[in-house]
Amino acid sequence: MSVVLDNLDVYLRGLLVTVELTLLSYAIAFAIGAVVAAFRVSPVPPLRALGTVYVGLVRNTPLAVLFILFFFGFPKLGLTYSPFLSALVVLSVYTGAFMTETIRAGINTVAGGQADAARAVGLTSVQTMGLVVLPQALRSVVPPLGNLFIALAKNTSIASLISVAELVHRSDQLVTDTAQPLAVLAGVAVAYLILTLPSGLLFGALERRVAVRR
Amino acid sequence: MAGRRVVWAVALALVAAVAAAGCGGGGSSAATPDSLREKGKLVVATKFDQPLFGQRNPSTGAIEGFDVEIAKIIARKLFGNDITGKIEFVETPSKIRETAIENGRVDLVVATYTINDTRKEQVAFAGPYYVAGQDIMVRKDENDIKSVTDLNGRKVCSVQGSTSIDNVREQAPRADLSTSFDLYSLCAEALGDKRVDAVTTDNTILVGLIQQSGGAYKLVGKTFTTEPYGIGMKKDANDLRTFVNDTLEEAYANGEWKRAFESTVGKAGIPTPTPPPVDRY
Repeated sequence: MSVVLDNLDVYLRGLLVTVELTLLSYAIAFAIGAVVAAFRVSPVPPLRALGTVYVGLVRNTPLAVLFILFFFGFPKLGLTYSPFLSALVVLSVYTGAFMTETIRAGINTVAGGQADAARAVGLTSVQTMGLVVLPQALRSVVPPLGNLFIALAKNTSIASLISVAELVHRSDQLVTDTAQPLAVLAGVAVAYLILTLPSGLLFGALERRVAVRR
Repeated sequence: MAGRRVVWAVALALVAAVAAAGCGGGGSSAATPDSLREKGKLVVATKFDQPLFGQRNPSTGAIEGFDVEIAKIIARKLFGNDITGKIEFVETPSKIRETAIENGRVDLVVATYTINDTRKEQVAFAGPYYVAGQDIMVRKDENDIKSVTDLNGRKVCSVQGSTSIDNVREQAPRADLSTSFDLYSLCAEALGDKRVDAVTTDNTILVGLIQQSGGAYKLVGKTFTTEPYGIGMKKDANDLRTFVNDTLEEAYANGEWKRAFESTVGKAGIPTPTPPPVDRY
């Protein structure tokens, strides 16, 4: 264990990048999810199709493949992004697909009369979605939104593939310098728990707070 | 609420178990030449993606290279000339080499494994059987990088978790070492994309990459470290270590080592060196 304690600064720097990447890409993925979920339930066929194609393509491709394709493929088209920015884009787009489906599931729990009533009092379709349907939809999907957060937090580790200096990437160098892979990786597991366990508790609290009482 | 407390207790116990596994050594006792003969099989950790040293031949599926030939010399010494089915190669990336030895999954590690003091605390080394040196690979049109000090202020790629990164940090402190991947071929890709200005690691590995690049890259040709490649085994495997060291010296003397080198690394144009004296530390 002394390997971990002696190198706490390495773990902390890695954890910081992991947290940044998780929070930023969760926020972007949430925005993508809300918009595309609205597309997927909209009465406009091209928007529905766009949403379906996006979810179908992204959700069914391994994250590691997306990372490598984006990071090494786009420079061939003349677009070179830094490792962190590339990771942010890939994680947001990937998690956005799952977010879309989660939010769409929430929208399906909102009775159709709600939207009809909102339109009847003169709200536009964007207002109906943003002010009436989505707020109710999100209340019922807090647990899966929490799952997505935790999955995303751990998925950031795949960004080590493209040289983002997050927890796993930094631990690789530590393994070389100490030749004690198991102790180093046990420290990595604990570092992820420090991030994921409290976020599980937070989402639990949020769930109780916004629960629909029936 | 009692149920919740139980859940937490179980969770904590799991974390403790993981932590304990991380600390403990363990595994079975060390192999000896006799125990290996009794088992009738030598399990060798090597790389499957390392041109010239240990690489899977895509058409035959066989693992080929200098490391593989060295392992076969040891196997022949153990089992006699017919080693069909008596040697098994296990793909072992750099970062799990110590673990593979400690938990007894493999008997020997022959995988471009540099002997150093940190590693000597975890495992025992026979050899060295070859001394490589760290060099620099650049794009063909690059003329400003002539030695390691020219890497200051430039972006340099190596494989994550390799000693190559530490070496550059020491000798060119202002080099940008933030780019590292888990495969050398991705470093070569990044060099082609101009994400980095140089790729650095052992010259033997760079020669393989240059061969594959079809002339897009070139070697600077000025090594700045010595990397003695050793054969890793359990720390307390004293008999096996002596046996492997004896076998190496015999192979130096009878020309087997030279033939192994010439049929693998030598084919890439690296002249056959004098074999390094084994270090019976």
